[in-house]
Amino acid sequence: MQGEELDLSAIVKDVQMRKSISIRKFWDVLFSFVALSFLILGLAILLLLIFQLFVDGRGLLFSWSFYTSFPAPNAAEAGILSAFVGSLFVICVTVLFAIPIGVAAGVYLEEYAKSSSSPAVRILTDFIEINITNLAGVPSIVYGLLGLEIFKETFKLGNSVLTAGMTLGILVLPVIVVTTREALKSVPSTLKEGSIAIGASKWQTIWDLILPASIGSILTGVIVSVSRAIGETAPLITVGALTFIAFLPPLPFSDRFAPDPQTGELVRAGQYGLFDWLFSGYTVMPIQMFDWVGRPNPEFRVNAAAAGVVLVLLTLVLNSAAIFLRIYFRRRIKW
Amino acid sequence: MTNTSLSLIQIRKLIQRQNLFDQLVLVALLMAAFSSIVVTGGILWILISESVSFFSQVPITDFLNLNDPKWTPLFDDKNFAIITLISSTLVTTGVSVAIGIPMGTIIAIYLSEFASSQVRELVKPILELLAGVPSVVFGYFALQTVTPFMQQVILGVQIFFAPGRDEFDYYQLPGFNMLSAGIVMGISIIPLISSISEDAMRAVPKQMREGSFAVGATRLQTSFNVVLPAAISGIIASYILGISRSLGQTMIVAVAAGTQPVYTWNPLEGASTISTFIVEVAKGDIEHGSLEYNTIFVAGLALVVMTLAMNLLGHYLSKRVREVY
Amino acid sequence: MEVIQDQDTQVKAQVRNFSFFYGKNKAIKDVNLQVLDCKVTSMIGPSGCGKTTLLRCFNRMHDLYPGTHYEGEILLESQNLLALDPIEVRMRIGMVFQKPNPFPKSIFENIAYGLRIRGIKDKNVINERVERALRDAAIWDEVKDRLKDMAFNLSGGQQQRLCIARALATDPEILLFDEPTSALDPIATASIEELVINLKGKVTILIVTHNMQQAVRISDYTAFMYIGELVEFNRTDVIFNNAAQQRTREYVSGQFG
Ligand SMILES: Nc1ncnc2c1ncn2[C@@H]1O[C@H](COP(=O)(O)OP(=O)(O)OP(=O)(O)O)[C@@H](O)[C@H]1O
Ligand SMILES: [Mg+2]
Repeated sequence: MQGEELDLSAIVKDVQMRKSISIRKFWDVLFSFVALSFLILGLAILLLLIFQLFVDGRGLLFSWSFYTSFPAPNAAEAGILSAFVGSLFVICVTVLFAIPIGVAAGVYLEEYAKSSSSPAVRILTDFIEINITNLAGVPSIVYGLLGLEIFKETFKLGNSVLTAGMTLGILVLPVIVVTTREALKSVPSTLKEGSIAIGASKWQTIWDLILPASIGSILTGVIVSVSRAIGETAPLITVGALTFIAFLPPLPFSDRFAPDPQTGELVRAGQYGLFDWLFSGYTVMPIQMFDWVGRPNPEFRVNAAAAGVVLVLLTLVLNSAAIFLRIYFRRRIKW
Repeated sequence: MTNTSLSLIQIRKLIQRQNLFDQLVLVALLMAAFSSIVVTGGILWILISESVSFFSQVPITDFLNLNDPKWTPLFDDKNFAIITLISSTLVTTGVSVAIGIPMGTIIAIYLSEFASSQVRELVKPILELLAGVPSVVFGYFALQTVTPFMQQVILGVQIFFAPGRDEFDYYQLPGFNMLSAGIVMGISIIPLISSISEDAMRAVPKQMREGSFAVGATRLQTSFNVVLPAAISGIIASYILGISRSLGQTMIVAVAAGTQPVYTWNPLEGASTISTFIVEVAKGDIEHGSLEYNTIFVAGLALVVMTLAMNLLGHYLSKRVREVY
Repeated sequence: MEVIQDQDTQVKAQVRNFSFFYGKNKAIKDVNLQVLDCKVTSMIGPSGCGKTTLLRCFNRMHDLYPGTHYEGEILLESQNLLALDPIEVRMRIGMVFQKPNPFPKSIFENIAYGLRIRGIKDKNVINERVERALRDAAIWDEVKDRLKDMAFNLSGGQQQRLCIARALATDPEILLFDEPTSALDPIATASIEELVINLKGKVTILIVTHNMQQAVRISDYTAFMYIGELVEFNRTDVIFNNAAQQRTREYVSGQFG
C-alpha cells in the first residue's frame, strides 16, 4: 500500500524534528551563558569596586590617625573620627525612632486590621497599605526636603543629630513595616488560637507569643534598614549635615568646657545633660566621603576612597548579618 | 476551691481591666499605622505649599519654557526652565534602564527557570550585597573607574571607525558625564529588578510550566512564552521600582554626572539632574523662605510628579499587557 | 510479564523492567507493561501507588526536577525513550494534566503554542491545525467566535478540553491523561469521556483514573497498580469481572483503596 512512502516521510520528519530540537537547545545554552556572564559581571563589579577603593585609599587605610582625626584642610591629616561617631549617633536616633513606630504599624496592619469586619477600618487599611507601598518609591531626597521643612525649620531643631536621625527614621519606616508584617504572617495561626483558647486577650497573645516568635525576622528588617540608613547621603545634605566638624556630639553627663571670661582659657563649666547630644551638629560617613570626592585637590581622593572602604565594609557586614540571620531563623523555625 | 482559682467576679474584673488595656494599645498601634499617611500628607503639603509661593514669584510660563531653556535660579539673571533638569534626569534614567532592565530580567529568568537551587542560594545573597552598597560609593566608582574606562572605549570606537587622526581630533568624553553615571545606576538597580521579577516568576504555578514542557518546549521557550506573561505584573512592578529609584537617584549623579544645569539630551555630556540641583543648593546656606529655598521644593515636586507619572504609566501598561496576552 | 494476545493491534509502547526513584525512594518497582496502539489503557490503584509517577515517565516530565532517576526501559515502538532527548519525547507524546492548566494567552494562542514551538510559522497551517484540534476536542462550536478571548475565561470543563486540544494540535503518538476529570463536574466529565472514546482508533491513550466506572466506560485495557508495583494488566472486562489476582478483585469491588 502506501506504507513505504509513509515511512520515508516519517524519516524526513524525524530528521527535521531533531534539527529543530538541537537549534532550540542551542538557544537555551546561549541564554544560560549570557545570564551567567551577567551574574559574574555583577559579582566582578562588586569586587572591582572594593578593590578600587582599597587601592586608592591604601595610603590612609592602614594609618591609625585616619580613624582618630577630625577633618582637616590638609588631606594627609584629615580623618573620619567625627563622621564615624556622627553616623553612630544618627543611627541610634533612627533606630529608636523607627522601630517602635514601624513595628507597631506592622502589628496593627497584620494582626488587627486584617481581622476587622468594619468597612471603615478596611478602607482605612487599604489606604494605609497603598500609601506605604508608594512611600517606598518616593525618592530619598524628597524625605530630605520633608526633614528640612518640618524638623529643621518648623520644629526649629536645626542641623542636629535629632533632625538627621528622625529624617532617616521616616525614610526606613516602610521597610520596617513591611518586614514586620511578613514576620508576623509566618507565625502559624495555631499558636494564636492556642493562646486565645486559654483566655488570653489579643494583645497578650501578640506581646507574649507572636512578637517573640517573629523577633528574628523583624530583626533582619531592622538590620537592613540600618545598613540603608548608614549609606544614605542625599537627605542628610538637604537637612544640613555639615562637612567640617571638628568635635564630637557630647556624651551624656560628660564635662563641658568653656572659655574663662577673664583668662580666655578653656575651663570646666559644668556637665552636659542627658539629651544634649541630640542637638549637636554632626557629619556622617557618606557625607564626609562625598565632600572629599568633590574637592578639587586630588589628594582628597585618597581620603574619600579610605572612607569608602570603611563604609562598604560596614554595609557588607550588616547585610551579611541580615542574610545570615534570615537563613538561620528560616532553618530553625520549622512549624 | 484552691486559692489560685478566681471567683467569677474577679475574672470579670480582670477581663475588664485587660479589655481597657487592649483598647489603649489598639489606639497606640492605630496611630503608628496612621503615621504613614501623615508622612505622605506632610510630603505633599510641603512640596505644594512651597511651590505655590514659588509660582507667586515666578510665572509658570518661565518654568515650562522650552525655547532656549536655562536653569539659573542662583544667578542675577534668573531662569527657571525646569526642562533643563528634567532632560538630564531622563537621560541618566534612560541609560540606567537600558542597562538595568535587560540584565536584571535575564538574571531573574536564569535564577528562576534555569539555575539549580544551589546556584540560586549562592547568587541571591551576592546580589543583595551589591544592592546594599551605598550610592555615594557607587558614585565614586562611576567617577574613578567607569569614566576612565568609557573614555578609552569611546576613543577606541572612534579610532576603529576613523583611524589615523591626531589624538586631539577625537571626541574626548568629559570627566563628568551622564553616560558613566547612568551605567552605574543601571548596575545598582539590577538586584532590585532581578529579585522582584524572580519572586514573581517563581510564583507562577509549576503546572503551567509543565503544560508547556509537555508539548515539547525548551526552558527558554517556556520562560518567554509562558512564565514571563504569567508574571508580567510583578515584572512590570519591578521595572517601575527600578525606574523610580533611578529618577530619584542622587549621589551617583551628583558625584559623576556633573553639577552644571545644561539643557542636553546627549548622555556623553555632563549635566545636573533634579536631585543634583537640590543637593547643590542645600550644600550651601539658604535662607528659609527665600526664592532659592522655594526652588528646591519645586524641583522636588517635579521629581515626585515624574515618579508618579511613571507609576501610573506602569499600572496602565501592566493592565494593557495582561489584556493582550 | 503479562502478555496480551490481540490480533488486530500492535504494541505502541512497552515498559520493561522499569523502576523509578525520587531520590532514594523507589516509587515504581520493576514494572512491565504493554501499551497497545490506538487503544485506551487505564491505570487504576489506590492513592499514592505511583500512577501519576509512572505516567509522567512516559514523557519524561520527571527530568524537570533534580534528584530523580530511571532504571530499565520504556520502548516507544523500537526505541528506548529514556535514551532519547526528553524534548523529542515530549514532542511525540502529549499530556493532559489533572487540573486544567491553560497558558495566560488567548484560546487560539493556547492551541497554536505547540505548533509555534516547533517553528511552524505558516498562518494557514496554524489556523487549519488549531481548528482541527478544537474540533477533535469537541470544543470548536463553543469557542469559534471567541478565539481571541483569554483562556482563563472558559469554564473548568472547557479549559480541560482546551488543554486536550492543545495536546492534539501537535499530532502526538501517545496522549497521557492524569485524572483529567477529577476537577470537573459530572456533565463536564461526561463530555471528556465521550471525547476520549471518540479519540480511540486515532491516538494511543494512557489514562490514570480514580473512578472505576470511568475505567470501565472508556478503556480497552486496564492496569492495576499497588504501592509502586504493577499487580495485574489485562483487558478491562477481565480486570473488572474476572481478575486473576486476589488484590485486584478486592480493589475493583471496592473493598480497599
Ligand atoms: N515529587 C516527589 N518527590 C518524592 N516523592 C514523591 C513525589 N511525588 C510523588 N512521590 C511519592 O511517590 C509515590 C507515588 O506517588 P504518585 O503521585 O505517583 O501517586 P498516585 O498513584 O498518582 O496517587 P494519587 O492517586 O493520589 O494521585 C507516593 O508515595 C508519593 O509520596
Ligand atoms: Mg496522581
